[in-house]
Amino acid sequence: MSSPDSGGVDVSVETKKTTDAAPAKSHPNTCPGCGSHYRDGELAQTLRVCSQCGHHFPVGARERIEQLADPGSFSEEDAELRSADPLGFFDLRPYTERLAEAEIATGLGDAIVCGSATIEDEGCRLSVMDFAFMGGSMGSVVGEKFARACDSASEGGVPLVSVSASGGARMQEGILALMQLPKTVCAIEELHDSGGALLSILTHPTTGGVLASFASLGDVVLAEPGALMSFAGPRVVAQTTREKLPADFGLAESNLRFGHVDGIVPRGELRPTIARLLRLFKEN
Amino acid sequence: MRLRERLSKLAGMKLLRGTKLSGELERLQDQLDRLQAEPSEEEIWRSVELARHQDRPYTLDYVERILDDFFELHGDRGRADDRAIVTGLGKLGERTIVLVGHQKGRDLKERTKRNFGMAYPEGYRKAMRAMALAERHGFPLVTMVDTPGAYPGVAAEQHGQGGAIARSQAAMVRLSVPTVTCVIGEGGSGGAVAIAVADRVLMQEHAIYSVISPEGCAAILWRDAGEARKAAAAFKPDAAHCLELGVIDAVVPEPEGGAHTDPNAAAELLEAGILGALEEIDALEPDERRRRRREKYRVMGILSTA
Repeated sequence: MSSPDSGGVDVSVETKKTTDAAPAKSHPNTCPGCGSHYRDGELAQTLRVCSQCGHHFPVGARERIEQLADPGSFSEEDAELRSADPLGFFDLRPYTERLAEAEIATGLGDAIVCGSATIEDEGCRLSVMDFAFMGGSMGSVVGEKFARACDSASEGGVPLVSVSASGGARMQEGILALMQLPKTVCAIEELHDSGGALLSILTHPTTGGVLASFASLGDVVLAEPGALMSFAGPRVVAQTTREKLPADFGLAESNLRFGHVDGIVPRGELRPTIARLLRLFKEN
Repeated sequence: MRLRERLSKLAGMKLLRGTKLSGELERLQDQLDRLQAEPSEEEIWRSVELARHQDRPYTLDYVERILDDFFELHGDRGRADDRAIVTGLGKLGERTIVLVGHQKGRDLKERTKRNFGMAYPEGYRKAMRAMALAERHGFPLVTMVDTPGAYPGVAAEQHGQGGAIARSQAAMVRLSVPTVTCVIGEGGSGGAVAIAVADRVLMQEHAIYSVISPEGCAAILWRDAGEARKAAAAFKPDAAHCLELGVIDAVVPEPEGGAHTDPNAAAELLEAGILGALEEIDALEPDERRRRRREKYRVMGILSTA
């Protein structure tokens, strides 16, 4: 326990021993958990879950929608929105160049895809993030599309299902990126005021500004196994505080233990679980 | 430039509010003129330095100058009293208000006690308790933002830092009482915006408000924290740019050389700014006030289409 003079907050840390497994970066089809290697196409058949050890590989937004929505039911909304470059931001390369490159690499307009869908015949709006587009960072487009998805869910009288994967706010949009936090929070408040529900699914990783806004505000918050969900990333914490990090730092499992999520749902059970919740949230 | 014109209009209307108390119209006009010119890399970095100046007035320095009969409220009613955030009741002029603000420390002992103004989730939960109190009794809420960021520690994560910041914003969005925020030093990212979702957001002339620290941005994008100056020039955390981008509603002037050169004058200017902002929103119906607050945040951001 902390001394009474340590600043008023009990900063003692609960640790839980788990095995140290952090192998070096390898081929995207090689499982970081057990080293099993898969051919292209093999992983898609198992929802990108390692059939040997259960490790959850990343899933892009389009593939996630295919996994969750009834076939052919998804109808995309606001696909035409693109980021502007409000600050004329230039680090080692111009922001506009990074955007163009991300669009070519992912085939997406920005780090989020939204639209209407049915899941086991239950209507909903889907808002799905893609980590491959600039680390799933939230700028004006992500904020706007999420906010519009809230409006659309409210108008349609259906719940909004949000699947997040994000490194946080998009630095290249400066303070306007930070303003997407209160913007999405306002949209959720409006959705809730209209009687609508938000189901938030956190996938690896959901950190920074997205965790500190809409991802945490679901009526129900679920996470995939092994997903990192922390406000500050492990590297930042280690560097700024020189604290020793527990092996399960920020992981979904530790967040469940501390009461920050309602459940951990393996990918194979996600679709039926969401459908079950959609039925429970249906108006009587 | 179109945005630049908008800035001069906005600045022209709102900055003059300080004149009522100070009577130094000429000096304010100078500051206004300075704001209208695009701040240079040097000027932006000067704001970064002034915002973090060791003698800059902190929340409690303003509280003792602006509020009468301040009564501090301690604890989140769950677990702890986070001293990186102070909350309390006080009189602003004739009326009782609720104050929430980050608090830094001046000497090493105080800094440790205040955790350098970096709150744990307990701090944001204390803030939410104070917000609920304001709503219950119809007291206006005044918040002062001055933090490098929410504390990035293991215990903070275990106590739910991300969720606490999200819920604190949601609490501010739900309020129907008048709310005014002023960024008085560092407005560092999520830890700042957690208590800054208000009807009127003011910013002192040399305060900064940003999505990440200049050092953090430089470390990630330039792979060298030493490039902080360049990073700050790129993401523009200064008051003039925040006003131009529509993120804040007005700039509160500081005494020549920065708030630390004359804390009494800085406090007078801040008080005038807060009173003026409250005056603008007092007359609104509570529901209308909340609706406009949400509307303001809903349109933030700049978009294009494919």
